[in-house]
Amino acid sequence: MSKGLEVVDLHVNVHGKKVLKGVTLNVGYGTIHAIMGPNGSGKSTLAYTIMGREGYEVERGDIRLDGESILDLPTEERALKGLFMALQDPPQIPGVRLTTLMIAALNKRQGSSDLTRVRDPKIVRRMYSLAEELGLSRDLLQREINVGFSGGEKKRSELLQALILEPRIIILDEPDSGLDVDGVRKVSEYLVNLKEQGRGIMLITHYARMFKYVKPDMVTVLIDGRVAVQGGPELADLVEERGYAYIRRRYVEGKDSTI
Amino acid sequence: MAEQAVKIREDILKGADSPEILGWLDKPPKAEVELKGKITRSLVEEISRIKKEPDWMRRLRLRSLELFYKLPMPRWLTGIEEIDLDALSHYVKPEAEFTQDWEDLPDYMRKYYEKLGLPELEAKFLSGLVAVYDSETVYARMKEYLKKKGVIVLPLEEAVQKYPDLVKKYFLKVFPPADHKFAALHGALWSGGTFIYVPPGVKVREPIESFFLIGRQGEGQFEHSLIVADEGSYVHWIEGCSAPRFVGYSFHNGMVEAYAHKNATIKITTIQNWSRNVINFNNKRGIAEEGARIDWVEGSIGSKMTYVYPSTILKGPYSSTRSVVVTLSKGPYLKDSGSKVIHVAPHTRSKIINKSISADGGVNVYRGIVRILKGAKNASAHVECDSLILDGKSKAHTFPHNQVDEPTAYVSHEAKTGRLSEQQLFYLTSRGLTDDEAKSLIVLGFLDEIMGELPVEYANVLHKVIQLEFSELGAVG
Repeated sequence: MSKGLEVVDLHVNVHGKKVLKGVTLNVGYGTIHAIMGPNGSGKSTLAYTIMGREGYEVERGDIRLDGESILDLPTEERALKGLFMALQDPPQIPGVRLTTLMIAALNKRQGSSDLTRVRDPKIVRRMYSLAEELGLSRDLLQREINVGFSGGEKKRSELLQALILEPRIIILDEPDSGLDVDGVRKVSEYLVNLKEQGRGIMLITHYARMFKYVKPDMVTVLIDGRVAVQGGPELADLVEERGYAYIRRRYVEGKDSTI
Repeated sequence: MAEQAVKIREDILKGADSPEILGWLDKPPKAEVELKGKITRSLVEEISRIKKEPDWMRRLRLRSLELFYKLPMPRWLTGIEEIDLDALSHYVKPEAEFTQDWEDLPDYMRKYYEKLGLPELEAKFLSGLVAVYDSETVYARMKEYLKKKGVIVLPLEEAVQKYPDLVKKYFLKVFPPADHKFAALHGALWSGGTFIYVPPGVKVREPIESFFLIGRQGEGQFEHSLIVADEGSYVHWIEGCSAPRFVGYSFHNGMVEAYAHKNATIKITTIQNWSRNVINFNNKRGIAEEGARIDWVEGSIGSKMTYVYPSTILKGPYSSTRSVVVTLSKGPYLKDSGSKVIHVAPHTRSKIINKSISADGGVNVYRGIVRILKGAKNASAHVECDSLILDGKSKAHTFPHNQVDEPTAYVSHEAKTGRLSEQQLFYLTSRGLTDDEAKSLIVLGFLDEIMGELPVEYANVLHKVIQLEFSELGAVG
């Protein structure tokens, strides 16, 4: 049985449009797998499909966690099995405080029927201290989720949730966009930490700038819904130097899939 | 509140058979008297005779009956045609005498109230408690110190006998039976209920609760509550409604009349969680004299259809009202609500907050009215209507109506509608919550500020009940 997240020959339609056309990749525990690609290449679709979002229809292929298919599971069960996605632009949830959501999500994992009750005050203290470390103000935790959050606050809040919920596989969709240099460095530190704790990380990014601080173990470049090329961290350098047009010419049109 | 009380309310929601919850093995215990069938003069006279009423009350009933025959079916009512009035039991007297001691109640009844946590609630949080079972008040008691101050908490029938002049002054005067057909029907058939009188200057610190229970199917409940606060006094009355689930429907057509004398304050809180086959019709109205205040908080969760419009007539200058109504329609149910305020005197103030939640095909209708009569100088009114719609099948309609005949008056109105998007739902489920759990969080957030209006014990129950509504259990029935 293989460990971690496996995506096997995944074909996905989104609202009738074919977006992924055969994607295969693995995210092992204790590794960082970077997914790169130009806009519209299917990176976010891959993430949403792994999480089981409505409207993302798997036409062919499989998604497995520790060797077991999760295709038939609804989103929340995938989450409870240890998948977590940090959204690129998470929605506002009026009325629901950030702490309330995290407490509910934790209570759910502990099988409690009252989702809103704080069972252990220690966990609230942990939220506050983590928030502080991430550079989030304390009052933000008591605010309605993403309502009036800046771009950087949204990214940090997504990461905070990942740290609190302790998933086994973390999918981050462009965690660096909207962050300044200090923010990117901070987020990267945490990702390295999470990797060292043995969590599997799928890091979706358009640019290679994060890789200055966090070295991926694997890089997959998606173009037009297909894997154009897979390789080690040097592939990220190649993208950074030559751009996606070059990758497309060399690996998609030139039919050369090794470096 | 007691865990146990929450648990039993949970069981009711689960739709477990009521005999099971109540500990009745076969069917509800026999009633001592049950009057059913066509609504006739002799039926009304029979009720009056059983209650040994004075002649003035009997005549009041008969006059109301005449009005019921004459008045047309209100056109604004939808779905009420389902009620076959002639098939209902209009008066059901349980085999229990009115008492001030829980021990005197029949076993099954006492056990039921114990399961609901009422005796405990009474001891810990309340100034007084009144329990209405089917058509009669079976229990009423208040704390000793209030008796010494002259506070009266009685079944309305007892008050009719003991304090006829006091009752006569207000009864069906705040809400005349001529108002509409169902008010008239109520006047003819009323039975059970609460009479509260607070003497001048007396502040009743803890709330007084009345708890209404429909014990069988095909029953009409017509309880009447009359709350009178004399000059400068204060009272908070809580109305809790519950009905276990039976096959078939029941019809509730209750009435609340509140009268706040000069500088008095009356606060009325209702948490309604009737089961899904009760058609719940309410007639609620208060009159506020100079400097008086009447506050309504209504949380309407259960029932098949609910019609509720807490209304206040601001009769004296500087009187005020605040009315908060929260309705939840989850499933094929209807809540038709809306606060009404009539500003008669100058410098009167009103605030209306209405929040509705529609889910799984539920429908909410808001029909509020603010009327400012000529001469109500510098009156001000503010109306806030928030609707939360949780899916594409559910609806919320808002029909606010303002009629302002006084040029110096100020009326403002805010309306908001929020719809839960697929993206929001995905976000919350991606954190490990089911669709329904996600919705319950959103609903609780939507109601957050309202929860603060409730005594904390009741807020906790409401909190729990809403979570249960959005659990798998709530989906039953």
